[in-house]
Amino acid sequence: MSEITANTIKVARPPQPSAFSNALVFGWRAILKFRHVPEQMFDLVMTPIMFTLLFTFVFGGALAGSPGGYLQFLLPGILVQTVVFNSVYSGMGLSTDLSKGLFERFRSLPIWSLAPFAGLMVGDVLRHFIAGLIILTIGLILGYRPEGGTVGVAGAFLLLFTIGFGVGWIFLVLGLLIRSPMTVMTFGFTLIMPLTFASNIMVRPETMPGWLEAFVVRNPVTHMATAIRGLMNGTATMPDVLLALAAPLVLTLVLSPVTLWLYRRGN
Amino acid sequence: MNRTAPASSFVSESAAFPFAITARGLVKHFGAVKALDGIDLDVPRGMIFAVLGPNGAGKTTLIRTLATLTKADAGIANLMGHDLATDPQGVRSEIALTGQFASLDEDLTGRDNLIMLARLWGFKGRAAKDRADELLAAFDLSDAAKKQVKSYSGGMRRRLDIAASLVVTPGVLFLDEPTTGLDPTARQGVWRMIRELAAAGVTILLTTQYLDEADQLAARIAVIDKGRKIAEGTSRELKAQIGSGYLHVAPANPLDLEKAAALLEQRLGNNVHRNAEGGQLSVIAASPHDANEALTALIDAGIELTDFSMGSPSLDEVFFALTGNADPDSTREAAQ
Repeated sequence: MSEITANTIKVARPPQPSAFSNALVFGWRAILKFRHVPEQMFDLVMTPIMFTLLFTFVFGGALAGSPGGYLQFLLPGILVQTVVFNSVYSGMGLSTDLSKGLFERFRSLPIWSLAPFAGLMVGDVLRHFIAGLIILTIGLILGYRPEGGTVGVAGAFLLLFTIGFGVGWIFLVLGLLIRSPMTVMTFGFTLIMPLTFASNIMVRPETMPGWLEAFVVRNPVTHMATAIRGLMNGTATMPDVLLALAAPLVLTLVLSPVTLWLYRRGN
Repeated sequence: MNRTAPASSFVSESAAFPFAITARGLVKHFGAVKALDGIDLDVPRGMIFAVLGPNGAGKTTLIRTLATLTKADAGIANLMGHDLATDPQGVRSEIALTGQFASLDEDLTGRDNLIMLARLWGFKGRAAKDRADELLAAFDLSDAAKKQVKSYSGGMRRRLDIAASLVVTPGVLFLDEPTTGLDPTARQGVWRMIRELAAAGVTILLTTQYLDEADQLAARIAVIDKGRKIAEGTSRELKAQIGSGYLHVAPANPLDLEKAAALLEQRLGNNVHRNAEGGQLSVIAASPHDANEALTALIDAGIELTDFSMGSPSLDEVFFALTGNADPDSTREAAQ
């Protein structure tokens, strides 16, 4: 280490980068993580394959008369479920970063405060995109036909990213509050399981007991699944899409300031 | 021993303000615990300043507060001309922090960690990569540049962590216990690095539990305990209070302890500190000559010793000398 001289230490400062440039750096970090953490890729690829195949073939015959018929109903819903499940990983990643002291450095840098979170979101969108493509591909192989065509599917994917972005805030807040990644996962799934299962993702609410149906038709996840289903089938209405967007919008408006406050408050 | 390095001109130009850090009355509570209980600090530019104290004294809280990571409940501070409370972003543009735990992305390579930080500071494309490579070479990490940080040794992590703090020249570098947990060779390496940084004009505020570390590196030392500053001065000034040499003796027979303590106190004129583990006595000796006389007196009195030594005071003894009482409920690690 004899080479550390004034010349190494002394360096002309580049101009202060923009907030957008800061966010891009964190996005780049998220993408690098994919390369360096192959375990993450395994979860990301296997979980949607498993869910699609299991639900289609186990429940298909009983619920819709045939796996093929059920798949037409189930597939858009599985997309929503996967995106919501994937958001948990973002919170786990954040919790890991916080437990290792990495965010201490980020917080001591003169950068845009939300940039690290923007980076996590970039990672999320990437995850949602990969998982979505895998599910769609399996669906197409098994005989799923999106009546909405390419435009419908593209619209559904855009809406999925928006849903992922909105739901993602919940897990960023949990990640900031809970300093153990495992606890974030356990807590996250405890919250998410009832929300995704007690929705219209897998079963039509009309078949459920009245009290449950009352919950299911008000569950934001139901609105999301309805809109994605509609977009992919080419039957979506504007109110469907707006209802699906309501929860992500509210979550973003309420939780982004909370995230920033938790991040900045120190302890 | 490296003494004050003069601030060189490139760090900051506002010579009108001679202090890199000034703080008055910093207070920070964690529930009922007062981590900082009214700390004042003046750190001249370009100086290595050490904050010495046991675990839980408030050292880390002090650094985290000054580095904008935690907000003080009361008090004011100014870093390189930026007010801590009203201009934290200005403070951040002038500081770098290397905490006790490596603040690195374990999944990324060493090089990617530095490229990431270089980009965050505004280096673009090729320039960010060049800056990363330059730092890797300077910190002897070129061979490990493309390995994930999780495979690094403790010493390599610490070096990368410090390199990460030097992506741009900081006005003030905070080092929180920079050598805790390092082996002696790595420790020497970090010390050399710190001296070179100071020689280049960077103001360094470091915390340590080791008196010899503060003594070796710092031009000024503040001793803190329970969130309060209990002494401050140059190493020489503190030693004048603490005594430059400590005589340690271990009587062979525990029954001789009190007799030996009385004799030492009488001969050397200083309070005798009975080590918590028992069996050993420590006392300030003004000179080796005095120590020699005291030892002779013990032997003349028929007190047999299993061991004796002359050495710099341990952290326990520093506190004993400064506060006059050893703190029984502390879990402090004595410096070697």
